[in-house]
Amino acid sequence: MQQKDVLPMKAEKADKRLSAKPVISGSEAVIRSLIAEGVDTIFGYPGGAIMPIYDALYDFQDKVHHILVRHEQGATHAAQGYARSSGKVGVAFATSGPGATNLVTGLADAYMDSTPMVCITGQVAASLLGTDAFQETDVIGITMPITKWNIQVTRQEDIPAAIAKAFYIARSGRPGPVLVDITKNAQVGECEYEYVPCTHIRSYQPVPELRQDAVKEAAALINAAKKPYLLVGHGVLLSGAEKELIALAEKAQIPMASTLLGLSAVPVDHPLYVGLLGMHGNYAPNILTGECDTVIAVGMRFDDRVTGDVSTYVANAKVIHIEIDAAEINKIIKADVALHADAKTALQALLKEVQPARHEEWLAEFRAADKKEYDKVQHNELYPETGELKMAEVVRLISEKTKGEAVLVTDVGQHQMIASRYYRFKNPNTNITSGGMGTMGFSLPAAMGAKMGTPEKEVVAVIGDGCFQMTLQELGTIYQSKIGVKIVILNNNFLGMVRQWQQLFFDKRYSSTEMVNPDFVQIAKGFFIPGKKVTAREDISAAIDEMLATDGAYLLEVVVEKEDNVFPMIPAGTPVTTIRLE
Amino acid sequence: MQKEYTVTVYTEDRIGITNRITIIFTRRGINITSLTTAETEIPGVYKFIITVMSTREKLDKVVGQIERLIEIHRAFVHEEDEVVYQELALYKISTKSLESGDIERLIRENQARILTITADYFVIEKTGHQQELTAFIKKLEPYGLIEYSKSGRVAIVKWSRRFHDHLKELQASSEA
Ligand SMILES: Cc1ncc(C[n+]2csc(CCOP(=O)(O)OP(=O)(O)O)c2C)c(N)n1
Repeated sequence: MQQKDVLPMKAEKADKRLSAKPVISGSEAVIRSLIAEGVDTIFGYPGGAIMPIYDALYDFQDKVHHILVRHEQGATHAAQGYARSSGKVGVAFATSGPGATNLVTGLADAYMDSTPMVCITGQVAASLLGTDAFQETDVIGITMPITKWNIQVTRQEDIPAAIAKAFYIARSGRPGPVLVDITKNAQVGECEYEYVPCTHIRSYQPVPELRQDAVKEAAALINAAKKPYLLVGHGVLLSGAEKELIALAEKAQIPMASTLLGLSAVPVDHPLYVGLLGMHGNYAPNILTGECDTVIAVGMRFDDRVTGDVSTYVANAKVIHIEIDAAEINKIIKADVALHADAKTALQALLKEVQPARHEEWLAEFRAADKKEYDKVQHNELYPETGELKMAEVVRLISEKTKGEAVLVTDVGQHQMIASRYYRFKNPNTNITSGGMGTMGFSLPAAMGAKMGTPEKEVVAVIGDGCFQMTLQELGTIYQSKIGVKIVILNNNFLGMVRQWQQLFFDKRYSSTEMVNPDFVQIAKGFFIPGKKVTAREDISAAIDEMLATDGAYLLEVVVEKEDNVFPMIPAGTPVTTIRLE
Repeated sequence: MQKEYTVTVYTEDRIGITNRITIIFTRRGINITSLTTAETEIPGVYKFIITVMSTREKLDKVVGQIERLIEIHRAFVHEEDEVVYQELALYKISTKSLESGDIERLIRENQARILTITADYFVIEKTGHQQELTAFIKKLEPYGLIEYSKSGRVAIVKWSRRFHDHLKELQASSEA
């Protein structure tokens, strides 16, 4: 092996002299590598251990836009919002120690929701590693279980390759967050710079090969099915398989229901779209999981918020699971046929094998159950005439006035469920929410990121009063960077979702869920962001118009019913077919 | 049903890989009873041999999650009869006990061997399955056992030929 290398190595050396690679600092190598990956926006916060990188950034201001957030958690959520709306990799910077630990929540959130993100942290000099030096934290150890991959770079010459690998891993296969920790000596030291994109890692096969026999088996099941059912997950959006999914549904007339993160893959007004799955999803799509005979789960992982009690979930159905991550197959629900593949590839293959079919009676079952939900729950939620304002009517108005075309960024709680239930999504990647983690404080920074990623789109953040107060400092970023997001606070003066559980399962003992809130409009004003507070039904429509007509950011506070509940609801851990309408 | 399984994991040579693997067991509350690791016949590829008490169902999922790690080639769960395995134990005994003749017979009969002898103690080495190795402790105790030390499991999978070929291909492609 050594012997063989002699000749090519000599040639390579000669080559080097000819091409004269530039000799630059590790920090400059970081920025150049990012630019080589197509990065145009970075969310971050400086500090001692990452100062050389920020210094290098100064020379590239025309190429990369750095958004100074107000907290590193905000940087990660912004990078997530950027990635989810634009489909590109989100990038965040933080310094060592407290800067790095502030990334933890966002990394965990991105890991749970398969969001491609690269975080770069500064680290103390390699010579100080392991000595409890000032602001030294074992960020590699801390983030190991919540990153798809992480690496510590201690030598400047390793920087380009580490960044190339980071981007390749973050965006390929099942995407996820990656962290690159760079010691200060590596940032300052100089090296020859050359960027070679990563296209292969020998122990990593991101795109599995689809087995044709499995496709045939799956198609046979679908062709024989009387009550087939498509469960649409985030994987559909991640692989850009929306068209193939809809084509398959239309060809064999299969109803499609969506998980929380699958929302927006199918337009809500599609005749075969039957609604949202899960704990606060729609009635028909949940109850009929007990009826279907064949389930085609596409890019979804049977989260417990979707399945409820797993022992009874889709118990009468054959299960076809299309999933790029082998570890998800048979993890929660046993698959009769597993298509271990990218969703788009698998659906294209299935489409060829599946026969046209009609399932009128089956679809009629959905419509009947739908009507029940509409009469019992939705009508009164969407069109109340008396009483206090309801979250749902606000969402309905936003949905109508943005024609379902806005990027809707929601936080966590009742408002999230209501917005997800009632916003009528039209285009893919317009639903951004924290699904797997349910991270309060997600939406304000995520909305900033989404707006940076897709500036041509209207971005509306729908936020609870509790959630808003977790990351409201990002109003400063919104003002400084002139990010035109629309912020709607649905204020019920409660940690509403927790209060709902206390009401239903803890005898109305409202332990620490009532909130005495500040004047949100006044706070926005302090950040030079215009806003308005609305309490009356007759004012809400005009206020939303004003918000949407405003150039730039706007904050609308809507005071809503204090003790409203989100229904339908599946009590945690019970069969989804026990879904309650009241 | 809980029983003893052998898990084998083929990895790249990478700092922190042990931690990455073990936290997956930790998350599911599985206790690792032994862990052995060393380079394989392919330079840069390591094999972890892990023994655990658990259920097949749990371990199949654990192995899936281990394989998801970027630097992992493959991971497998093996039933008892799928592997040929050995462990190695060292026993330190007081040299005085050599004065009685029958300890030598005991060593011979148990296919053990003496590695070293000093004025105070001597060290015996024995390979075998865990039960044999611990049973041998009992037999040595009357002679004054000072210390006992045992390795984790070393195992060869009976059907691992295909994976060996795969590793060879990896090596060929990395040389090309
Ligand atoms: C960081 C964090 N802490 C706590 C929770 C638990 N939690 C889930 S929803 C919720 C209430 C949210 O209240 P609010 O933002 O007012 O929204 P609402 O439910 O009233 O719409 C809480 C506390 C969480 N998801 N995340």
